[in-house]
Amino acid sequence: MKSIQELSEIRDRMKQAMVIRKGTEKSYDAVAGQGSVRSQVLICGGTGCTSSGSVNIHKALDEELERRGLQDQVKVVQTGCFGLCANGPIMIIYPEGTFYSHVKVEDVPEIVSEHLLGGRSVDRLLHKEKVDGVLTTIPSLADTGFYKKQHRVALRNCGAIDPENIDEYIGTDGYQALAKVLTQMTPQQVIDTVLASGLRGRGGAGFPTGRKWQFAANQPAGKKYVVCNADEGDPGAFMDRSVLEGDPHAVLEAMAIAGYAIGADEGYIYVRAEYPIAVHRLQVAIAQAREYGLLGQDIFGTGFNFDITLRLGAGAFVCGEETALLTSIEGNRGEPHPRPPFPAVKGLFGKPTIINNVETYANVAQIINNGAAWFSAMGTEKSKGTKVFALGGKIVNTGLVEIPMGTTLREIIDDIGGGIPNGKKFKAAQTGGPSGGCIPARFLDTPIDYDNLLAIGSMMGSGGLIVMDEDNCMVDIAHFFLEFTVDESCGKCTPCRVGTRRLLEILEKIISGNGEMEDLDRMEELCRYIKEGSACGLGQTAPNPVIATMKYFRDEYIAHIVDKTCPAGVCKKLLRYSIDPEKCIGCGKCARNCPNEAIVRTDYIAPGHKLASMQILAEKCVKCGACMSGCKFDAISKS
Amino acid sequence: MKKKLTTVVFRGTPEQEEKLIAAIDKYKGVKGAMMPILQEAQSIYGYLPIEVQKIIAERTGVSLEEIYGIASFYAQFKLNPDGEVAVAVCLGTACYVKGSGQIIEEVSKQLNVAVGSTSPDGRYSLEATRCIGACGLAPVMTINGEVYGRLTVAEVAGILEKYR
Ligand SMILES: Cc1cc2nc3c(=O)[nH]c(=O)nc-3n(C[C@H](O)[C@H](O)[C@H](O)COP(=O)(O)O)c2cc1C
Ligand code: FES
Repeated sequence: MKSIQELSEIRDRMKQAMVIRKGTEKSYDAVAGQGSVRSQVLICGGTGCTSSGSVNIHKALDEELERRGLQDQVKVVQTGCFGLCANGPIMIIYPEGTFYSHVKVEDVPEIVSEHLLGGRSVDRLLHKEKVDGVLTTIPSLADTGFYKKQHRVALRNCGAIDPENIDEYIGTDGYQALAKVLTQMTPQQVIDTVLASGLRGRGGAGFPTGRKWQFAANQPAGKKYVVCNADEGDPGAFMDRSVLEGDPHAVLEAMAIAGYAIGADEGYIYVRAEYPIAVHRLQVAIAQAREYGLLGQDIFGTGFNFDITLRLGAGAFVCGEETALLTSIEGNRGEPHPRPPFPAVKGLFGKPTIINNVETYANVAQIINNGAAWFSAMGTEKSKGTKVFALGGKIVNTGLVEIPMGTTLREIIDDIGGGIPNGKKFKAAQTGGPSGGCIPARFLDTPIDYDNLLAIGSMMGSGGLIVMDEDNCMVDIAHFFLEFTVDESCGKCTPCRVGTRRLLEILEKIISGNGEMEDLDRMEELCRYIKEGSACGLGQTAPNPVIATMKYFRDEYIAHIVDKTCPAGVCKKLLRYSIDPEKCIGCGKCARNCPNEAIVRTDYIAPGHKLASMQILAEKCVKCGACMSGCKFDAISKS
Repeated sequence: MKKKLTTVVFRGTPEQEEKLIAAIDKYKGVKGAMMPILQEAQSIYGYLPIEVQKIIAERTGVSLEEIYGIASFYAQFKLNPDGEVAVAVCLGTACYVKGSGQIIEEVSKQLNVAVGSTSPDGRYSLEATRCIGACGLAPVMTINGEVYGRLTVAEVAGILEKYR
């Protein structure tokens, strides 16, 4: 078990070892004198980069270093997500801070010989991005447009430390906040600090975290629980996963602090079983924290006990809802309960329980270390601090971004996200996942915070931010989310179970070309009925994607209903594919790609071409699009 | 996700059953243990056929109805075994807006397997998943764990060819 003294010694030692990553020491020698290796190579081991092959790069690099006898001079560190997932696998080499993107296994020998031995950067691997319309080489991560407007608090260690090494976390002042609360603060002072910081829940609803803790602390002493919601139900989001993969100790430390504040000695993390890397890193982190005595009995000799158990969630959206989540930890079908009683009064196994989101916890230790005023200086009047978003969809820089509250959507999309690819036009941004709404272009300059997003008919949600362009059909998107909620409704109450199904049927009618104008009124009425009658948040918010699209994109609904067309060319049953005989060179590739023999040769030969053009037989076409995506001559279009 | 009962014949071995019983007994007296038991059972058999649920019911004294209720409630529990070639297409929002709906249809057509099921010979299975965290590569699918990103409908047949 470590004492506070020992903790500080590890911190000081690790700070020295990691100073190289500040990227300020420009020459190898300066750093070598400080007793650390001369170069450190950070490789992203988040899910995104792992999917694009970072594990093999790590292996190849280890082997190459060994072959050249450099293993003691160059340290390779596997980190969590850097954020720029679209450009993965990502590698950063310190002390220079050189940023390589799209690295391949074949590039490794050159990186070693040129960069690590020769001291010259491998220019072709340097990250490039458009600056004022010109493709420019960006030498370091901090200089990318993607990073400039970000402010990393919850993500501060993601991509900066090795998440499987507790010493590195300690080297960034890790567990100092726990030491501070246990030795210098009363539980009430901890709660007051969190209250004063203005921190609100990052799981969606935005409830003030300090108030929640106060409720639980006010319950009579006895068994209490601290729970972390790592269920991340939004089907298009990966913020919480990235925090767990990149900085698991931040969550453990915060849970212990919360335990001290409310008088609990046991915590549960409910994490999706589908997140194998996050689960593994949590297991490693919990074992290391126990070994150091930072979890367990009599922490720092103060008499405070706290331990954490992992529970694997099994993929049900409703289990992200807090009462359902607790039922699921108890081992039952995760069905929600009516509140009150709130979990703070009667929660897990009937005991007072606080439940917070991963990102909420990721802010706590820093609030304790830096003070409430430091935190509340960021953000807007009622939404303090930062918010992490998983930026995806039709955007150049897909990835993970953290911005101060109050940043506009336009800044996120244009400056950080690098705009929309292929010169397409922005149509809408979707936040809040299946419970949220979509934001049309006219609100791009709205400062993002809890209240503003609600006012424009969407919500903060947990942080999914999906950008859609002119090629996306908003009726189809509404259908997509509703299909999700119909699937995920636990079936307990009628408005949610039957109401969402009826709503989906009407949407299906519309996208098949059988809609009538009266359907719009029927949908509005159903939405109201589901919202008002459902027992839990899932049903109460399920109509939101429909309501928002009907409000902002009514013309698209009308086009489907009256003109029987899908303006974006998505809804299959309303689509017609056709071949432009002047552009078609008659190569016949489309006919070979067609699964249904729906494409035949005509006898028309366009001027300048040798072969007769092709033609699509509407009655046989199954509208799969295989012809169009295979055509190299842009001769096939859909309408 | 909708659950369909399997058409693949159960082929559990005595060794698997022994492991299952050990796993069940490990959780004797633990609060809220049904989920971990089912998770272990799934890692032993690869899925949770009704035969396995029956063993768990007998051994724990929990009714089969209740166990089936839990197994069918959670997306993670598979009532169908994975095929030797297990294809999963991401239908997370980021992938969907980039066309993964067309990708999954194409895979289904190519393999002649409905979404959420396994071919009766046990060769191919196809499932839809939620965000797998690789949105930077959207649209994505995995085949036996291998990730394929930035897919187009036209590429699908060629990729599947490798697994025929
Ligand atoms: C249908 C539904 C799904 C939810 N999913 C999540 C989720 O995936 N993650 C999460 O942290 N909160 C989710 N919530 C919110 C939780 O109920 C709860 O408010 C939150 O975990 C509280 O933590 P916070 O105050 O730190 O945000 C969901 C709520 C509803 C109604
Ligand atoms: S939505 Fe498909 S990987 Fe994220």
